[in-house]
Amino acid sequence: MLLIECPWCGARDEPEFTYGGEPAVRPGPATEVGDAEWTGYLYLRGNEKGAHRELWCHSAGCGQWFVMERDTVTHATIAVVRR
Amino acid sequence: MRYSAFSLLRQGLAGHAGWQQAWRSPPLQPRYDAVVVGGGGHGLAAAYYLARVHGVRRVAVLERGWLGGGNTGRNTTIVRSNYFFPESVALYDFALRQYEQLSEELNFNIMLSQRGMLCLGHSEHDMEMMARAVNAMQINGIDTELLDAAQVRAELPLANFTADARYPIHGGFVQRRGGIARHDAVAWGYARAADALGVDIVQNCEVLDFIITGGRIAGVRTSRGDVAAGAVGLSPSGHSGVLAAKAGFRLPITSYALQAMVSEPVKPVLHMVAMSWATGMYVSQSDKGELVFGAGLDLYPSYAQRGNLPTTQAIVAAMLEIFPAFRRLKMLRQWAGIVDVPWDYSPILGPSPVANLYLNCGWGTGGFKATPAGGYFLAHAMATGRHHPISAPFDLGRFSTGALIDEAAGAGIAH
Repeated sequence: MLLIECPWCGARDEPEFTYGGEPAVRPGPATEVGDAEWTGYLYLRGNEKGAHRELWCHSAGCGQWFVMERDTVTHATIAVVRR
Repeated sequence: MRYSAFSLLRQGLAGHAGWQQAWRSPPLQPRYDAVVVGGGGHGLAAAYYLARVHGVRRVAVLERGWLGGGNTGRNTTIVRSNYFFPESVALYDFALRQYEQLSEELNFNIMLSQRGMLCLGHSEHDMEMMARAVNAMQINGIDTELLDAAQVRAELPLANFTADARYPIHGGFVQRRGGIARHDAVAWGYARAADALGVDIVQNCEVLDFIITGGRIAGVRTSRGDVAAGAVGLSPSGHSGVLAAKAGFRLPITSYALQAMVSEPVKPVLHMVAMSWATGMYVSQSDKGELVFGAGLDLYPSYAQRGNLPTTQAIVAAMLEIFPAFRRLKMLRQWAGIVDVPWDYSPILGPSPVANLYLNCGWGTGGFKATPAGGYFLAHAMATGRHHPISAPFDLGRFSTGALIDEAAGAGIAH
């Protein structure tokens, strides 16, 4: 069970949260973006073993999205930032 | 040494002193024609098919830990080919057909038990989706049958058919050729057969980096020294993203923990593999009598091979709602494997962005059942430089062209 530090509500249990994937910046303008860049944005991921930047939503709490850096081996939280 | 009832009898009478080592532990050579990274079932199968089908002479399998110590030894041993799309059926039924004759081919008993796999429908809507899935599977030549509630009850008398069941059973469908096989035996059988064909299986040998010159793979850097290689195949399961990063590219894959657990052993109570679509829970009884069960992925990426409690609770709760009689069993073990899941829940096979480096990854939650196929098509790509027609739709390029094979939506099940 993870104890996740919501930047607005404080520490809450894992079932209150929803994992939202790795943060990515949408490329643009769309007419100038090629297939390779779209593929990278839509599908390709770092999937790091160790420190991993992730979007999380406190879905059963305040409903806010935030970025959490988390170790995918130990599951320890490295940093939590509002966005 | 050939294994047979006669050799067993002879060795038994001789006090079992004459059994030979099933495979060698050779030193790592400085150069190979083909190097397979990952000594699980898939990697060992690839080495076997490289030597047997393609006649490649100098083949090595490099394994960071011990043979079959990753997901090969952590899965729930289920084999089946009840997929939705024709491309998937061609792939997974190829594997199942290989399994059906693998004990004879490898001279190693993989303990294949085609006891049938039965998926439960918990609502009229489930039954409509199952009718659609069964029709698709039958068109693709897969032996599936739609069952009504009475037929399911005849097969699974311990399932909860009471009026107040949390997950009422409206019917289901069965693939009679589905079942279970001994997962360790698959790895050991391939290892022994590959070794007999001259393949070097090197354990405790971690791949640290790749040697790439001019966009072409030249070899691998390992914890036991550098190895030059003509072709390199990746069969690393949950660590595919880690190896891809070393080779300088990213994959459309996220690694998650997938849990499983076993109960204490009991006398035969469940003669099929039972699965519930709505909860993702599946359970079978091993030959030792333990109930082996699991369900969906943990909820966020992980490389920790243990799994977290909220998912464990959900799996156990689902099983007990459907099989209340199992409530009094003690749990023996719980564990997790790290599975590499692509967006469309279909594997990624064939060429990679680096020349002569080939992929066999993205099997996600369903790699064991596909072991012979993963090995066969990786060997084909490494030996010929091209896709086999069956593996072609599973090329990495589908994420650029948009031709995804969306089994997450198609078959509705992740395992």
